[in-house]
Amino acid sequence: MTASVIAATPKKRRIRKGRVALHAFLITMSAIWLWPLIWAFITALRPLSDTIKNGSWSWPTSISLNNFINGFQQANLGYYYLNTLIVVVPAVLIVLLIASLVAFALTRVRSRINLFLLLMFTAGNLLPPQVIIVPVYYIFNALPLPTSIADNGRLYDQYIGIILIHVVFQMGFCIFVLSNYMRTLPKELKEAALVDGASLLRTFRSIILPLCAPALAALGTLEFTFIYNDFFWALLLMKTGSKRPITSALNNLQGQFFTDQNVLAAVALMVAVPTIIVYIALQRHFIRGLTLGSTKG
Amino acid sequence: MPDPQVLSLAPAPAPTGAGVVASGPTGKRRRYSILTGQDRLVLVVIVGIPVFLDVGLIWGPTLASILFSFTNWQGYGGITAKNIVGLQNYTFLFTQYTLFWPALIHNLMWLAFFVFIASPIGIFFAVLLDREIRGSRFYQNIFYFPVVLSLAVVGIIWELQYAPDGFIDSALGLTKQTNAIDWLGNPSLNIWAVLVAASWRHVGYIMVLYLAGLKSVDPTLREAAAIDGASDVQTFFRVIFPVMAPINVVIVVVTVIESLRAFDLAYIINQGTNGLELLSILITNNSISEASLVGRGSAIAVILLVISLVPITLYLTRVMRSTGE
Repeated sequence: MTASVIAATPKKRRIRKGRVALHAFLITMSAIWLWPLIWAFITALRPLSDTIKNGSWSWPTSISLNNFINGFQQANLGYYYLNTLIVVVPAVLIVLLIASLVAFALTRVRSRINLFLLLMFTAGNLLPPQVIIVPVYYIFNALPLPTSIADNGRLYDQYIGIILIHVVFQMGFCIFVLSNYMRTLPKELKEAALVDGASLLRTFRSIILPLCAPALAALGTLEFTFIYNDFFWALLLMKTGSKRPITSALNNLQGQFFTDQNVLAAVALMVAVPTIIVYIALQRHFIRGLTLGSTKG
Repeated sequence: MPDPQVLSLAPAPAPTGAGVVASGPTGKRRRYSILTGQDRLVLVVIVGIPVFLDVGLIWGPTLASILFSFTNWQGYGGITAKNIVGLQNYTFLFTQYTLFWPALIHNLMWLAFFVFIASPIGIFFAVLLDREIRGSRFYQNIFYFPVVLSLAVVGIIWELQYAPDGFIDSALGLTKQTNAIDWLGNPSLNIWAVLVAASWRHVGYIMVLYLAGLKSVDPTLREAAAIDGASDVQTFFRVIFPVMAPINVVIVVVTVIESLRAFDLAYIINQGTNGLELLSILITNNSISEASLVGRGSAIAVILLVISLVPITLYLTRVMRSTGE
């Protein structure tokens, strides 16, 4: 008894020392990780004249939100937020609806077809988008659409085109995640519905969909962030600069504020605000979404 | 008279319709068998539309990229036999196109940097934060924060660090007038600067994925290793890392795919020129621009496709194995 207590003391001290070193390391790394963001924030808070006069590595002589206010007005940010909203909300809703229907339907078909389709959807989502962009660009230009849907009669340079490509490209990932999730649901529930004689769609709506709520919340959060953060598709498939969603619009805004890095910093931070809100408010869902795709169930 | 073999395989006659899902002649338990004719139609529509879209806008274009790469099509008019140029686009890339090799090398550097530096750091953070230490959650939040930012925003945030009068040069005491280092303007430096910025985001992503995997590791394994007197390092490499094999595959796949997709960061910084050339950017610069060199861009797309088939196959093999269980 006594021997073990004596033996434990130096070990405990060693552990404590190790802990201190660990925290010192983690705090240093955290500071490094946060620094670029803090720096952007400091830059955004001080006027350009201050930076020019004293250099950027100096204590700010005046601090204000002017860069944020001016940036918001000059860049017309409210307008670009709206562009994003037009794309993100329908895209997320449609992709979740389609993916949950497909994932559900795949539990009902012969397992070999099920596996083949699952592989096809999953692999499609893993391709670099640049592999398919050239043909997609020409399809979007060539495919005629009624002018009631698209005013230029095409998918190119239209919100509907951007929504479509997001839905199709994100579909694979969502189907994969949801089909893994549905596999973990208790079989008895689904069978009970069959015994009751419920139709396929009724089983889906009243039994499967409610059970998938946690997975849908996680995926919805994740897809919101993915689509909000998209730069590539809208840059190439939306020609009119003023119609671009906010993330792709940053490309032009950067040119507009080329001479005033301080306002640009404020604009970039404001563009990040919705994703930062997601990070703070829906963090758990976001992380669950990320990990649902990588771990089973 | 019915064929006896068919009879023995046929499901019990169901008045509502045939079973679409009978698990076949192996005679395993049939899953869901009672599907009405209407249900089957619904099933076909539900699966059919997404399959059509997936083929039309992903697999069709993939095939089209391959076909385009053998032509000199310039984006207008039909493609006739005259447009077929065989491997000419490829030989041009390999022998004459001065941007091709730099772009390929930059993609490989990106890959190597992610595989050997960024992902291991992410794994290291995950292992450190997986133990019961005070504030683990707090540290996790900080490291994963950049993951929610778009790469376009990440690019602008890091431009402020790298600018000739930005933080890094100022902190090093270098000024614009004398000897400031132009981190993003110097073609032999800027790829490294961009890789650091890209890693800032990638590390958190890998950390989150790995942490989730570590949580599912049976704790008794660790206890057993501790009783055997294994050090933390030994426990990780000999016990934890091997049982994490499925997550390790995901990490490798995510890392490789992310480095092949790299586009946004280089584009926002300088449109992927002057030392930041990437295969992805060369594709769009050649084919979706005034030049409309569809053939050449598509040949680059095919090369990107071939490289990305490696991680994709790896991942699909894993999916097949885990689904087959």
